[in-house]
Amino acid sequence: MHMADALLSPAVGGTMWVATAATTVYCSAKVRQSLDDRKVPLMGVLAAFVFAAQMINFTIPGTGSSGHLGGGLILAVLLGAPAAFLAIASVLTVQALFFADGGLLALGCNIFNLGIFPCFIAYPLIYKKIVGNQPTQGRLLAGSLIAAVFGLQLGALAVVMETTLSGVSELPFSSFVLMMQPIHLAIGIVEGLVTAGVISFIWKARPEILERAAGDQPLGALSVGRILIGLGLVTVLTGGVLSWYASGHPDGLEWSMFKVSGQEELEAPDGVHRSLEEVQTKTAMMPDYGFKASEAGAGEPAGESGKLGTTVAGLLGGLLVMLLGMGIGFIFKRRAVSHPHPHQHPHA
Amino acid sequence: MSAKIDRAIYEIGHLDTLAAGDSLLHRLDPRAKLLTTAIFVVCVVSFDKYEIARLLPFFLFPAVVIGLADLPLGFLLRKLLLVSPFVLFIGIFNPWLDRSIVAQIGPLAISGGWVSFLSLLLRFTLTIGAALLLIATTGFAAICMAMERLGTPRVFTVQLLLLYRYLFILIEEVVRMIRAHSLRSFSAKGRITYRVFLQMLGNLLLRTIDRAQRIHMAMLSRAFTGEIRIVRQFRFGYKECLFLGGFGGLFLCLRLTDLTALLGRLVLEITG
Repeated sequence: MHMADALLSPAVGGTMWVATAATTVYCSAKVRQSLDDRKVPLMGVLAAFVFAAQMINFTIPGTGSSGHLGGGLILAVLLGAPAAFLAIASVLTVQALFFADGGLLALGCNIFNLGIFPCFIAYPLIYKKIVGNQPTQGRLLAGSLIAAVFGLQLGALAVVMETTLSGVSELPFSSFVLMMQPIHLAIGIVEGLVTAGVISFIWKARPEILERAAGDQPLGALSVGRILIGLGLVTVLTGGVLSWYASGHPDGLEWSMFKVSGQEELEAPDGVHRSLEEVQTKTAMMPDYGFKASEAGAGEPAGESGKLGTTVAGLLGGLLVMLLGMGIGFIFKRRAVSHPHPHQHPHA
Repeated sequence: MSAKIDRAIYEIGHLDTLAAGDSLLHRLDPRAKLLTTAIFVVCVVSFDKYEIARLLPFFLFPAVVIGLADLPLGFLLRKLLLVSPFVLFIGIFNPWLDRSIVAQIGPLAISGGWVSFLSLLLRFTLTIGAALLLIATTGFAAICMAMERLGTPRVFTVQLLLLYRYLFILIEEVVRMIRAHSLRSFSAKGRITYRVFLQMLGNLLLRTIDRAQRIHMAMLSRAFTGEIRIVRQFRFGYKECLFLGGFGGLFLCLRLTDLTALLGRLVLEITG
C-alpha cells in the first residue's frame, strides 16, 4: 500500500511532505532532549530489525497466502512514539531509494500513512490504554490487535484520500474505500497477532526490556494532543495554500511564474521568438486543460482536423526530444565503454 | 523465500556498486543531484492528467544520466517493472471509468481514460526512475549527508546511516535462521508456521537488542556523546551550479512552455 509519485498531485504531495518534515523535526528534538544516548544505536538497529524481519514469511493456515511483520506498532512499543516515528521514517526512506517503493515525492505520504498513525494514534491512544503497565496475555493480544487494525485502517483511508484528492486516478472515493479497507483489515489482523506474539515472547524471555521501554519515555496525553493539533494545523494550512494556488490559477508553477515575473508567461522578445510564439499559441495542443473542455462536450466530433493536427505535432515534438535524449545518452555510454575509467589503471 | 532475500541483498549491493563508480555525475556534490531530482519530480507530476506529449522530453534527463554515469539500463528497467503492480492496479481503472472520446484516429476512437492511463505510466517511469538514478549515481551515505546539509535534523540522518550500516548484518542473520530452519524441517518443506515464526522473530529481536547494547558500549568506549560526527568535504562549485541551473532551468522551461508542440509544428512545416 505504498503511495506512488505517479498518483500524486504536487499540492497533495507537497502538503504531506511538509507535515512529515515538521513531525520529523519535532521527533528529532524530542529524541535529543531525552538525553538517553543508548537510544541512538537501538533505534538504528531496531529499524534494521524491522527491515530484516519483513523477509521472514509464515504460511497462514488454510489460505495458501503468507504474512509478515509490518513493524510500526512493535517499534512504537519498544522505542516510544518519537523515536519509533524516526525509525519507521528511516525504513521507508531506504525502501523508497533502494526498492523504488513509491518515489521521492510520495515519501512524505508514506511516512505519514505508516508512521504517524501507529506512533501517535494507535500506540498511545489504544495500545497503552488497553495494555497498561501490567500486561496480561489477554490484554496484550487485545491491545495489539485493535491498535494494529485501527492504525492500518487509518493508513489505508489516508492512501484513498490522497489518491482521490490528487485526481490522477479515476477511481471514485467510495469504491476505492470499499476495496482498500477490507484488504487492510486482513493485513491489520495479521499485524496485530504477530505484534502480540512477539511482545509476549519478549515479555516471557526478558521482561526488563519492555519495562524499560515503557517507563523510559512517558508520553503524556498533553504532548500527543499537542502534536496532533500542530500537525492538523500544518496540514490544513499548507494544504489550503497549495490548493488555493492550484484552483485560483491554472497551476501552481504558472502562478509562481506570475508572481516572480509579474506576468503569466514570460513575454517573448520580438523577432523569431514572437513568430514562434504565435505559431505556438495557434497550435497549442491543450491550451489550459483544453482536454477537459472537450471532455465536457464529448458529443462534438473529436477528430476535427486542426485539433488532431496539433496533437500530432505535440506528440511528434515530444518524441523527437526523447529520441534526441536517448541519442545523447547512447553516445555518452559508448564513450564510457570505449574509455573505461582510465584512472583505474595506474600501473598500465 | 530465500530467493527473495538473496535478491534484496543483491539489489542493494548492486546499487551500491553502481554508486561507487567514478564519472562526472558521480563526482558532483550530492546536494546538486538531490535538488535537481526534486525539481524534476515536481515538474513531472504537476502536469495535467491527460498530458502525454509534454512528458516525453523529460526522458532526456534519465537518458543523459544513464549515458554519462554508464549505468546498466536493463537492471534499472527490471527494478521499475518489479514495483509497477500497485500503480498498474490503480491506473487500469481509468480506461474503464473515463470513456469520453478525446481523439479519433481513423476508425479508432481513443478515450480519455486510456490517455490518462498512458500518462500515469509515463509519470511512474520518470519519477521512480529519477529516484533510482539518484541512488545509483550518489550512494546512500552521500544522500544522507546532503539531506543533513539541507536542513534535515542530525538525529534522523544518523538514524538512516545506522539503519543502513546494520541492515546487511541483520539480513544475514535472518538468512542463517531460515537456512537452519529449512535444514531441520523435512516434511514441512521449509514452510514456517505461525508458532515457529513468532519464536524466530522473538529471538531475532532479542539478538538485535543485545547487539544494540554492544554497539552502544563500543561507542562509549570511543568517546561517544550521543552525536555522530561526520567528516566529509563538500564543495558546491561551478560544475554543480551548471548541473543544477542547466537541468533545473530546462525542466522549468519544459513545464512552463509548450516546446514540444512548437518543435513538432516546425518539423511538420519543413517536411511539407
